[in-house]
Amino acid sequence: MIALKTLLGVVVIAIVVLVNTIVVMWCERKWLGHMQSRQGPLRTGWHGALQPFADAIKLLGKEDIVPANVDRPLFLIAPIIAFIPSLLTYAAMPWIESFVGASLDVGIFMVFAITAIFPVSMLFAGWSSFNKYSLIGGFRAAAQQVSYEVPMAVAIAGVVMLAESMRISDIVNAQHGLYYIILQPCAAILFFIAMLAEINRTPFDMPESESELVGGINTEYSSMRFALFFVAEYINVFTWSLIFSLLFLGGWNGPLFGGWDGPLGMVWLLLKTYAVIFMVFWVRATLPRVRIDQLTALGWRILLPFALASVFITAIGVFTNNFVLIVLEVIATAALVWLIARIGERAGEARRSEASARRCSDGSAIIPDPGSSPGSASGTSHTEVGA
Amino acid sequence: MGLSDSADTRLSQEGAATVAADDPAMAADDRSGVLVAPLQTIMNWARGHSMWPMTFGTACCAIEMMTVGSPRYDTDRFGIFFRNSPRQADCMIVAGTISLKMAPRMKLLYEQMAEPKYVIAMGACAISGGPFMHGYNVVNGVDQIMPVDIYIPGCPPRPEALINGLLTLMKRNAAGELSAAQRYRLETEGHL
Ligand code: SF4
Repeated sequence: MIALKTLLGVVVIAIVVLVNTIVVMWCERKWLGHMQSRQGPLRTGWHGALQPFADAIKLLGKEDIVPANVDRPLFLIAPIIAFIPSLLTYAAMPWIESFVGASLDVGIFMVFAITAIFPVSMLFAGWSSFNKYSLIGGFRAAAQQVSYEVPMAVAIAGVVMLAESMRISDIVNAQHGLYYIILQPCAAILFFIAMLAEINRTPFDMPESESELVGGINTEYSSMRFALFFVAEYINVFTWSLIFSLLFLGGWNGPLFGGWDGPLGMVWLLLKTYAVIFMVFWVRATLPRVRIDQLTALGWRILLPFALASVFITAIGVFTNNFVLIVLEVIATAALVWLIARIGERAGEARRSEASARRCSDGSAIIPDPGSSPGSASGTSHTEVGA
Repeated sequence: MGLSDSADTRLSQEGAATVAADDPAMAADDRSGVLVAPLQTIMNWARGHSMWPMTFGTACCAIEMMTVGSPRYDTDRFGIFFRNSPRQADCMIVAGTISLKMAPRMKLLYEQMAEPKYVIAMGACAISGGPFMHGYNVVNGVDQIMPVDIYIPGCPPRPEALINGLLTLMKRNAAGELSAAQRYRLETEGHL
């Protein structure tokens, strides 16, 4: 009987997750479309709602290519390693108090441990593909993972200290009335940035940066195997947005319908999750991709110190009161935002000064003088018209 | 790559059977009523609503091809979505002049694509060599190298023409028609 109940639960949770994943795919194309003053999918089903199905079915029907020279076992197993952990996370993920796979004492710890497998699959894919672009993508995934998992875990430490538990439902229940995004704004921002890196969304989509690496780790994958990577990626988007809303946005708590951990709490949870997903796509539509060295520098030099500072502040807050905690966290948040803005500004200044160094002193662009003899002045000049 | 008349009639006579035999795995199964036909219907629907062209532009026509993805023309509405990697692309839009040096690379990219694959020859250059027809190093039409599904005339064709070409291809897929490559194989080798 218990086995049957477990099986049923597994099926229900898998269906809920996969349906949400398809909705996320559709949302991305629609939202990105409207943000770029386009329409997004329109013709397939109601406002393109069936577009993910059409794409997936078409991919299933395509030829499954395993190129010569690949490391065959790794190549074949990599998409599966990407897909299974992304679903496995939901074993410990609560939707509401009573709808949870396994309410583990170390719930958030287990979620972290499982999601850390995903970059391994990317490394496998990159290594086994026998393709330089895939390999670079795989190495980038590994570098990114190392530099973002650490600040992320440290950012979580503050939340765990406040809730005095690692069980996710305890963390949510500890947020009655006061969500942790108010008590921990700095940790929330750090978590959000690290989350973007974790789920490989722009500006941190290094492993498959399309304009540099063809398709990154996906380059050699076709058909079903590519579809598995694709779906795993969107499951991860949903997973991390769900974790964000559980840890910082109060999970299933809400003022209206369902109230505190009633069955309708799931509606609250999904509303919050989709708000976070909207933020993720909004960032994607806004920011260009960073370089890999900028990305690791951001992770180690800024996010990690601030995450440690946030834990320190939380410790002070735990021994004094919430007011002190909020004030100190807000100061830390302001410093973090200022620092990140400053970095962007400095990068812009560097670019501008580089551009102006290539100009004449009066600001006009250097163009080769058509009258001069070839090889005299034109040998050193740059054509910078309109730059 | 044109088909001879006899092949055309044979195709139209065999119509339904050929369509059901689109997928080699399904062709092996002759009881095409119970499971295969609905599967084929779903597959045709999917292929008619999702088309990922590969970004492959070699000359001025490529500018028009890029425009097609921009907000004004937005092919995402139809499920047309550019993919970089040939492994995941469904069709190759040959947009521009193909020089003799480019031709082997183009063929390599074509061979890296997964079946079923389609080729769209966009512009006079891809169809026949266009204004550079008499050049010493210009391929006089990509159909000398690969089977072409759709020809889009123009120098360059307008984005609307390219969208029309892509939609025509998708309509053919939805109707379960074979790709040019499949027809060629059927004609020359007797199987798909
Ligand atoms: S057909 Fe005309 S526009 Fe297109 S590549 Fe050739 S010359 Fe350029």
